[in-house]
Amino acid sequence: MKIIQSVGLVMFLAGFAIFIGSFFTAHYRITDEILGNSTTETENALIQEYGEDMLDHNFATSYTLISQLSGLFEQINQELLNTYSFTSDELQALANRAMEQGGMFSLANVEQVIGADSEAASFKLKSFQDYGSWLDQRQYENQQALFQDLQNVAENIRLYGIINQKGFDRYRIKDLKFQLAKAAGNGPVSRNPWLFLGLTYGLCIIGAMMYILPKRKLDGPPGIKNNNIFFSAMKNKGWLGILTGTFLIVFYVLLYYFPEYMTNWIIMVDPISQILKGSDAGRFFLYGFIYTLCILVMGIRMIIKYRHSKYQMIRTASVMFFQTAFAFLIPEILLRLNKPYFDFKNIWPLDYDFFFDNELQTLIDSGSLGIFMLVWGIVLILVAVPVLVYFFGKRWYCSWVCGCGGLAETLGDPYRQLSDKSLKAWKIERWMIHAVLVFAVVMTGGVLYTYFTGSGQVFGLSTYAVRETYGAWIGAGFAGVVGTGFYPLMGNRVWCRFGCPLAAYLGMVQRFKSRFRITTNGGQCISCGNCSTYCEMGIDVRWYAQRGQNIIRSSCVGCGICSAVCPRGVLNLENAPESGRLNEPILIGNDSFKIQA
Amino acid sequence: MRKIAIIGNGISGISAARHLRKLGNDEITVISGETDHFFSRTALMYIYMGHMEYQHTKPYEDWFWEQNNIKLVRNWVKEIQVSQKTLLFQDGRTMAYDILVLATGSRSNKFGWPGQDLPGVQGLYSYQDLELMEQNTKDITQAVIIGGGLIGVEMAEMLLSRDIGVTFLIREKEFWDIVLPPEEASLIGRHIEEHHIDLRKQTELKEILAGEDGRVRAVVTNENQEIPCQFVGLTVGVSPNINLVKESSIETNRGILVNEYLETNIPDIYAVGDCAEFRVPLANRRPIEQVWYTGRMQGETVARTISAHKTAYVPGIWFNSAKFFDIEYQTYGHVWNQLRDNENQFYWEHSDGKKCIKFVFDDQSKTLLGVNSFGIRLRHQILDQWLREKRELPYVMKHLAKANFDPELYSRYEHEIVTSFNHTFPDMAVPIKKKGILASLFS
Ligand SMILES: Cc1cc2nc3c(=O)[nH]c(=O)nc-3n(C[C@H](O)[C@H](O)[C@H](O)COP(=O)(O)OP(=O)(O)OC[C@H]3O[C@@H](n4cnc5c(N)ncnc54)[C@H](O)[C@@H]3O)c2cc1C
Ligand code: SF4
Repeated sequence: MKIIQSVGLVMFLAGFAIFIGSFFTAHYRITDEILGNSTTETENALIQEYGEDMLDHNFATSYTLISQLSGLFEQINQELLNTYSFTSDELQALANRAMEQGGMFSLANVEQVIGADSEAASFKLKSFQDYGSWLDQRQYENQQALFQDLQNVAENIRLYGIINQKGFDRYRIKDLKFQLAKAAGNGPVSRNPWLFLGLTYGLCIIGAMMYILPKRKLDGPPGIKNNNIFFSAMKNKGWLGILTGTFLIVFYVLLYYFPEYMTNWIIMVDPISQILKGSDAGRFFLYGFIYTLCILVMGIRMIIKYRHSKYQMIRTASVMFFQTAFAFLIPEILLRLNKPYFDFKNIWPLDYDFFFDNELQTLIDSGSLGIFMLVWGIVLILVAVPVLVYFFGKRWYCSWVCGCGGLAETLGDPYRQLSDKSLKAWKIERWMIHAVLVFAVVMTGGVLYTYFTGSGQVFGLSTYAVRETYGAWIGAGFAGVVGTGFYPLMGNRVWCRFGCPLAAYLGMVQRFKSRFRITTNGGQCISCGNCSTYCEMGIDVRWYAQRGQNIIRSSCVGCGICSAVCPRGVLNLENAPESGRLNEPILIGNDSFKIQA
Repeated sequence: MRKIAIIGNGISGISAARHLRKLGNDEITVISGETDHFFSRTALMYIYMGHMEYQHTKPYEDWFWEQNNIKLVRNWVKEIQVSQKTLLFQDGRTMAYDILVLATGSRSNKFGWPGQDLPGVQGLYSYQDLELMEQNTKDITQAVIIGGGLIGVEMAEMLLSRDIGVTFLIREKEFWDIVLPPEEASLIGRHIEEHHIDLRKQTELKEILAGEDGRVRAVVTNENQEIPCQFVGLTVGVSPNINLVKESSIETNRGILVNEYLETNIPDIYAVGDCAEFRVPLANRRPIEQVWYTGRMQGETVARTISAHKTAYVPGIWFNSAKFFDIEYQTYGHVWNQLRDNENQFYWEHSDGKKCIKFVFDDQSKTLLGVNSFGIRLRHQILDQWLREKRELPYVMKHLAKANFDPELYSRYEHEIVTSFNHTFPDMAVPIKKKGILASLFS
């Protein structure tokens, strides 16, 4: 058995090493055909013109390719700016002319100054009409004031007009870098994606199973299996934990901010993507695929570890099911059927872009299924959350359904003891999570305002900038990089505890209107501390248990591990009538006087 | 403002301090030589097993004491000068007090076996014992534990977590049968063996042998069998830690003698917890109570007496709990290891041999006297209520589901238990009913 485990470990590590190694194994070459497939005609022409030496050139690493591409796009944009910007002389001429006409600016003057004989001139003319029509027929006291306004118009054209219409804006650059890098790569992975799929994921999964399954026998009879956790370099912030955390953080940073470097990893899952949705994989397909695998493999570990507890086994099976079916398969299959991508169990404000105009538009344009999805999403927010939390506590979502919760409860289980239990941490938690909730609500409010009024500005703030900030800092940075990357350092629920706005909402209902509580069993607590130690949400469970008080905390996700690890059977997750839920601390057993904690 | 000194920062001393603070603003000082802060002695095993670190076993964060104005002193008290109301510390310092609470706990028993003081032989009570055990068990492969009680079985579990082979010598016929009735004792015995512990029943220690390095090399049993080992755990019970008061005028027997107000023979000196011995034991209870819960209750009670709400120690219905490897044990009321004259019992054991429940009742009145439960959690509040209200067994059986405290979705055994009960006691048979899912959603 031990040998099977060791072989499994070696296989897993080999698979992982090949996965990491494959990152570096391609060389890159952008052919005419690749360029043609990824770009529009104008884009193609620009790249042909300025980037001639890059085409059909061999790049040894993605890094050199991408830095060259970055330089190229910058150069093109600069050239375009030079061609299409108003020069200082032109602005001066415009101002002079207006002054000559008694200080009145007229749009008609622009054509006289710029002319209309070239393509550049007509673009300038057009863009001035778009950005500067408000100057028309304005009266100016002095030339300076007018010149100032003209400069502003010219600057706006530089910033928003030229790049967006003629050049490559940053979204397009990101997109093109990724597409070109993916298509241009040529190496063992792109030649044999199936082989590498097997050598990486295949080896890792089989290896992991060989390591995990024998635990059923090796670990002895069913029961709590927490031996040596705090001596483990992996589970107590030792070198292995730090290494794992670093890997996760790097992975997330690449995924969210630099996907163009991880094309080899994405190519590997193209075959699976083809089978599921009939097209090649993008970075979020890769992410969903790895995510689901982690939940499945580590879910099996979880079930074996807690095989004495039906609650844990069923709960784990539930998160495995919801991730695989609802988060991974159904949305991909919907895409294949030409329907909108939709995760039926994701709820705003965790699903922060649910109300984004493009998302809404997609749903509304998709006929009755789209409308159903829209209504479904809103019903989840307004009805399912309060009603189900009333009956079962927020656990129905956080530790039975949610994908973030699913990963935390499976991949993250080995790290649950690392959460901070101090009062200070609790204070920070309450501030942070509610701040994120407010942020999410404000951001969404702005988005809807823009959707219904068409105006992108509220109180001088761009709603687009706000949503972008939310997406980058909260959606990607907090939920992803910190939320998962810090598992081995701060425990497995960093995001759920400090960041998730949906958890904050669920938590408020749970705290004030719910039948759910963790009941403390009379006076049986021996203050050992197992419950608090293994609480992933950092709740100091013992504080309540040792004074005979029920545990009612908005953050409790109802994972039930405190109840499992308690050696004295003190804690029980229950749904019961609300009376007596928020009980006075009472320790049964001392009749000397009415004892309160 | 009186100066109250408490010797011992265990559960009894700390409970006294906390409640004294709630009730008044006396100057409170808690003294201990063991650790700076209160920690949970019951969790010692989990530190060794890597389930927790020492810091996790502290029930209160370190700022708690200052915030509540409870002074902590880390020192050993060497002598109590009763007439001067002064404590003398090991390092020569002194401290005056107006009121003294003794909460010095227990220490491990040793019965004068040859070799009992050899390096590698030890008991397990204090934090220092734990550190010693850490050193003593480094890189060893075989251990012997003498004495089958709760600490013994914990030690076995600890050693096993480090892959150290354990031979477990118990004097009794079945594991812990001085407390447990035979069925339960044998159930636990089987479970211990399931964990590959070499459980030697009715075997006593004769002597402990030293090797050439002066450390323990083997033990010899009363049957002259030699068992090689590098570590010996002596877990043959604990007794009150009264060295400190023995020389003073405070009266002692096995423990520090107290009345029902936890007062010693000297005014302004009290004793609570493991170290206290009641001059007149309470009905059905031992004169010395050596568990966590009673330590806590005595601490709570003495705080009232000292704060001018003179209160006698009146514990409620007895309860206790433990865990033997994977099997949890809870007991409520009194289940003696043998039925007493007026008693009868109903015992049910699950076919897996790892869960059982026993009800002891008065044979005449059929009222419930005590319950033992293994592998099934029971609800303290309900059992306490039934025992207090002297419920008859048919009532208990009828409402058994209410007493269950197992986690949701666990298999429930009430049906099986009551069926078996009806079968065994047809004259007390009760109807069996099932509750729908919907009903439970709204109940
Ligand atoms: C390993 C183990 C497991 C246990 N498990 C359980 C369990 O599961 N359930 C249960 O109910 N009970 C259990 N017990 C028993 C329980 O821990 C004790 O009953 C309880 O801790 C006694 O508390 P106390 O405050 O009376 O004494 P203690 O906790 O022993 O505290 C006494 C303190 O006083 C200090 N002290 C003594 N003399 C001096 C001096 N002269 N100067 C300074 N300081 C001094 C000691 O160093 C010690 O720190 C267990 C005990 C052990 C050892
Ligand atoms: S795990 Fe159980 S006994 Fe230990 S502190 Fe928590 S509630 Fe109390």
